[in-house]
Amino acid sequence: MKVFIYPTNSLILYDLVERFGHEPLAIMQEIGKKVRTQGLDSPPMNMTPEDPKFGLKYAAVEVPSGVRGRMSLFDPLLSKAEAAIIVTEPVISFGCMGCARTNELVNFLLRGKKIPLLKLDYPTTEEDAKIFVYKISEFLKSLKPAEDKK
Amino acid sequence: METITKMIVINSSKLLPSDVAIKLYESKADVMIKETCFGVMVSGEREIVDSLLSDIRKLDKYGIFIKERGFAPGESFRCRATRRGGARPGFHNLENEDKLLPHIASALKALDRGEIPIRKKQTKKLDINKFKEIIKESEVLQ
Repeated sequence: MKVFIYPTNSLILYDLVERFGHEPLAIMQEIGKKVRTQGLDSPPMNMTPEDPKFGLKYAAVEVPSGVRGRMSLFDPLLSKAEAAIIVTEPVISFGCMGCARTNELVNFLLRGKKIPLLKLDYPTTEEDAKIFVYKISEFLKSLKPAEDKK
Repeated sequence: METITKMIVINSSKLLPSDVAIKLYESKADVMIKETCFGVMVSGEREIVDSLLSDIRKLDKYGIFIKERGFAPGESFRCRATRRGGARPGFHNLENEDKLLPHIASALKALDRGEIPIRKKQTKKLDINKFKEIIKESEVLQ
């Protein structure tokens, strides 16, 4: 099953989802597509004429361009998501995760999608980490296994 | 075929990035390998990279963490050599998550042992009505 992770650049979440036999949906995949696309001068900062259309699906034109730009990257992930793991209060939000409004919008959209959703706090101690990993493993076990990638 | 890059972050007391890099070279797979301070980056076709890294993970199940990376090793948009040094974007996130990896490793070990963690009882906040009663009781009558 395709599992959306939030924060979408998290190493821990990506690793855990893959470890438990599912396909993580992370922003790196979308960045990678942009990087590999020929003709973009400075990916992922550059946009193609198609990108604003994806961004405008979620936010109006008067919304800051940073939100719309980020949403254009998140769009393919959100549309593919079959389940989601949201970790609140992440240790740090940098780069693509550094916009609070986009993060709120993504959380709102995920809640509205009516897909299996797990909401957790970032662990800080070993005891918290045990609960964190246990909950994720139980959640992922309850989902259907991932289909083989083509 | 889709070409991807995955980064292996090593947080192990018995494994070094060089050990993993040697194992990767031994596999003779058609991938590009770059050893870094935190681990190894592997770039190649998705199927090859995925199957190779699932074998590599077995070297230390609890000490190897893997995630995908958008940029290939040495990509001029991110590589420090072309950006006059300094931390590359994404390093700070990795640095912060790296601190949590020992906890995650021990949690994975506990999970494999079949441990079910029990949440500690959280102390509830004092009820406002009870607080008012305490104030009334402690009031000194004049």
